[in-house]
Amino acid sequence: MAPTPRRAFLRGLKGGAPFVLVIAPFGLLFGVIGTEAGLNIAQVMGFTALVIAGAAQFTAVQLMVDDAPTVIVLATALAVNLRMAMYSVSLVPHLGAAPLWQRALVAYGLVDQSYAVSILEFETGVAMTRPEKFAFFMGSFLVLAPFWYASAYLGAVAGTAIPADYALDFAIPITFLALIAPALRTGPHVVAAFVSTVLALVLAGLPYGTGLLLAACAAMVAGALSELALDRRP
Amino acid sequence: MTAFSNAQIWLVIFGLAAGTYLIRISFLGLIGDRALPGWVLRLLRYTPVAVMPGLVAPLILWPAATGGTLDPARLAAAGVTLAIGVATRNVIAAVAAGLVTLYAGLWLLG
Repeated sequence: MAPTPRRAFLRGLKGGAPFVLVIAPFGLLFGVIGTEAGLNIAQVMGFTALVIAGAAQFTAVQLMVDDAPTVIVLATALAVNLRMAMYSVSLVPHLGAAPLWQRALVAYGLVDQSYAVSILEFETGVAMTRPEKFAFFMGSFLVLAPFWYASAYLGAVAGTAIPADYALDFAIPITFLALIAPALRTGPHVVAAFVSTVLALVLAGLPYGTGLLLAACAAMVAGALSELALDRRP
Repeated sequence: MTAFSNAQIWLVIFGLAAGTYLIRISFLGLIGDRALPGWVLRLLRYTPVAVMPGLVAPLILWPAATGGTLDPARLAAAGVTLAIGVATRNVIAAVAAGLVTLYAGLWLLG
C-alpha cells in the first residue's frame, strides 16, 4: 500500500497539531501587545497574516514604540528572520524541484514549527516522493495557520479592553527571554547572546537603534568564530 | 504607544512582509541548489541569538515604565523566565513563569 500525498497531508496535520499549543498563546500575546502599542486590528492582522513570524513582529512593534526610524525597524526585524534563509537552503534537496507555485506556497508557510516538523520527517522518516513532501509540509502549516490568525485577532480585541497600565510593557521582554532561552543550545550560542547583551547595553546611547544593529553583527561574528574555534580543537 | 502614523505602520508591515517572504523563498524559489558558502551558514545560525538578547537587555535593566530605573519585580521576572526557559526549553512555560513572578513581585513590592 503506497503512501499517497493525501495521506502525507494528514500526517503533516498530525505532526504540526501539537504546536497549536505554542503558537496560539503567542498569537494572543501579539494581538494584545500590538494593540497596546497603538496598532489597530487591521494592522495586527496585517502583521499576523503577511509576516507570520512572531519574534520579528514583536521586534518591529518594540522598535516602533521606541520610535526608531522605519529603516532601522525593518533592518532589525528582518535580521531576526534571517534564520529562515537557512530553512530555505535545507529544503532545496527535498522541494527544490517542485513546481514554482508549490515552492511559493511553502515559502509563505515557512515558519519555525512547520519547518522543524517537516525537515525531521523528510530526513529521518519513511522515504517520501516529492508531492508527498509538499503535502506533508502544507499539512504541518495549515493545521497551525487558522489558530495563529484567530488567536491574534482575539488578542487584539481583548487588548483594547485591557487597561494600559497593567505592566504589559514587560510582556515583550519576557516573551523574548522565553524565546532566547531554548536557543542557547551550544557554547557559541551563549557567546553570541552574551556579546549581543553587553554591546547593546554599552552602545545604547547611539542614535536610531544603530547600537543594536552593531551589537547584533558583532554577536553573529562572535558566535561563528567560537564555533570555528571549537571545531578546530581536536 | 508608538508615535508611528498609520501610513508608517503599514509601511513597516508591507516592508517586513515582503522582506521576510524574500528570505523564505530565497534558496527554495530563486537561487536553487547552488551551495551556500559555509561561513554564511555559520553566521546565519547565530542571527536570532545575536539580535534578541541585545533588544531585550535595555528593556530589562532600564524599563520605560519605571522611568528607566532598575525594578526588582521586573528583574526577578526576567531571571525566572530565563531559568525556566533554559531548564524546560518550553517557551510557554517560561512566559507563564515570568508573568507570575512579575505580578507576584509587583504585588509584594509595589
